[in-house]
Amino acid sequence: MSTSKALRQPVTLRMLSASFLTFWCLLAAFPIVWIAVMSVKAPLDAFASNPFDVILGPITKAQGRGLTVLDIAVLLIGLWLAVRVAMRVLPGLAARYSPPGFLALGWVVVILGYGIALFLLGFVVLPPVLGAINAALGLDPLIGLTTQHYHSVWVKNAFWKNFVNSAVVTTGVVTISLTVGTLAGYGLARSGSNLAFWLLIAALIFRALPHSVLVAGYLPIFINSAEILRPILGENAPTLYGQPLAVIAVLVSINQPFTIWMLRSFFQSIPAELDEAARVDGCTHFQAFRRVIMPVMWPGVITTGLFSFLLAYNDFLVTSLLLDQSDMTMVPAIAGYFNRETTMTDQVEAIAAAVSITAPLFLLVMIFQRQIVSGLTAGAVKG
Amino acid sequence: MRFKTFACFVGPSLLLMVLFIAVPLVSVFIQSFHVTQPVIERIETERCTAGFLEQQCSTEIKNVPVLDERGSIVTTTRFVGLENYRAVVRPDSVQAAISSWNWPALMAIDFWKALRFTLSFTLITLPLVIGLGLTIALAVNNTTRSIRGPVIFVSLLPYIITPVIGALSIRWLFVGDGILTQAMEAWSGRQISMFAQGWTIELLMLFYRVWHVAPFAFVIFYAGLQTMNRDAIEAAMMDGASRFERLRYVIIPHLMPLIFFVSLIHLMDAYRVFEEVVGFRSQAHVISLQWLTYDLLQPDDAGNRAVSRASASAMLTMIGIVILLVPLLRKSWRDHKGVR
Repeated sequence: MSTSKALRQPVTLRMLSASFLTFWCLLAAFPIVWIAVMSVKAPLDAFASNPFDVILGPITKAQGRGLTVLDIAVLLIGLWLAVRVAMRVLPGLAARYSPPGFLALGWVVVILGYGIALFLLGFVVLPPVLGAINAALGLDPLIGLTTQHYHSVWVKNAFWKNFVNSAVVTTGVVTISLTVGTLAGYGLARSGSNLAFWLLIAALIFRALPHSVLVAGYLPIFINSAEILRPILGENAPTLYGQPLAVIAVLVSINQPFTIWMLRSFFQSIPAELDEAARVDGCTHFQAFRRVIMPVMWPGVITTGLFSFLLAYNDFLVTSLLLDQSDMTMVPAIAGYFNRETTMTDQVEAIAAAVSITAPLFLLVMIFQRQIVSGLTAGAVKG
Repeated sequence: MRFKTFACFVGPSLLLMVLFIAVPLVSVFIQSFHVTQPVIERIETERCTAGFLEQQCSTEIKNVPVLDERGSIVTTTRFVGLENYRAVVRPDSVQAAISSWNWPALMAIDFWKALRFTLSFTLITLPLVIGLGLTIALAVNNTTRSIRGPVIFVSLLPYIITPVIGALSIRWLFVGDGILTQAMEAWSGRQISMFAQGWTIELLMLFYRVWHVAPFAFVIFYAGLQTMNRDAIEAAMMDGASRFERLRYVIIPHLMPLIFFVSLIHLMDAYRVFEEVVGFRSQAHVISLQWLTYDLLQPDDAGNRAVSRASASAMLTMIGIVILLVPLLRKSWRDHKGVR
């Protein structure tokens, strides 16, 4: 874009804006990067008062755990490659190889596969290979680094169970809320009736409700549901409290107002002539929706799915109140570390758990940055 | 579209919303006027122990919950009117505190403490979020195209991170001898502990929320700036508008609907402030309205949940957000009618 001379800015202003942006980027990234650094250090290093001790980790290094120059080089190149692949190659791969009509499934497979491949490459294949090369070259560690906290969090404290619960709840919420939401979003976008308008306003008010208000309504019913449902369902009436399925239903409903608003604005951007043409060719409304509209709706559906994912994955309040200790998802499970956070090792383990929770989100932003931005914008277009 | 088809499309979503949002709301409303308690009966038992010459007997009166044939505790629910609300709001203590101009006494009551924090939190973060978001959007719009991608990527991180984790990550920088506390101590030469008093925690919470939401405002304003009409700016320049005047009279009016949208969303979300209290573990000093309900719903040491009082506090929380939203909803209603 060429800037006309009149619009060109004075140097001071440009400097000011650039330095402000640098400052903001540092501010945005610093807490996250810092806890990632802390999580791979021995406790004494992680809470050292000198920041360089935290970064270099002399005590961790003294314990014989560290990275050599070669390791660091491989790590940096690997990270760069991983980002490149995630941003450039993956979207094409998902689009090309997923069967038509199952693009969402293709995305899920590609992301899961990519995550597992990165994990295997980074934690199973590379360490022994690099270890052998380092030993052969006689390189000494330069920076202290240890993965012992991750090991104790995931293996010893059975964090993988919470991960599985999170995966179940999140997958359920995303699938159901998209299925129900696309139908409703399409109906609302194509109906100009007053009823549709009032439904949308009601949804807006529902979105404003604090979640604790709703949970106060569920809790007594869910705990006593076995007794309430017994006259209808007989002896095997379920207690809804502690059921992941009940939590999925609750999260889907809480998410519905936002989902239908967003999908509605996406559907409105698709010209109505398209489904009218399909209707003329003899499709029913539903067939037109499935055969004609859905194939061009995938960008909108993926974007909305991302936001449903974020809501379900990040939720603390609903899951911590409606699930038992035994089938907690990851985010409320980290509260368990608060109560034990007495020694420094416990604290670093809590940090490692926090970083573990953040890692999938990081991957998500990397792959879907464009969709997130377009989704936020689409939400804003229609207020 | 005929009504029947419309109903088929919207039905499932509407059913979910009615079942899990509207019905619980009604049930919370009803619960807030009732109290559920276990039925207690007094049982007189005589216990005798063998003694010298004669047995020693003592009678004891125990309060025992009544059990039904399944062995679970029988409960009764009775209508108590506004008693639950009174237990939350504590009007008599409020009156005493106000009549003696005693602010700390008023702030000693959980509900008022939470209300004070929630409202000030919402209203202070609102202009900060919009200001910071707008500044970042203008700054990004100013840079060369090639670095915009990475900048947006980094900017999105605070928005996308799990709120509890985000709060924790900032807490770990300051807690105890955290790295930033050390830095501040070295700079000021004083002993600083950020988590020992209420106002420092509150500052950190405000900082966290602005850090967390500003990216959202930024992305939306940035998208708005892309649709900016260059002719309007150039025309303003012809008329001799300075840089600041162009911002004030051309760019901001163009972004006004988006600013309104961000304010609406932020008001809803900031009023729900909750994760900060959990992440910063500030319940001893600072609590929010939503946290108050959450705390009442948590089982206490005996395993009981104060559901009735939680319902009353939930209803009061809801009334608060409705009052906050009324001016904004009225404005959008006027706009809606104006468009027609």
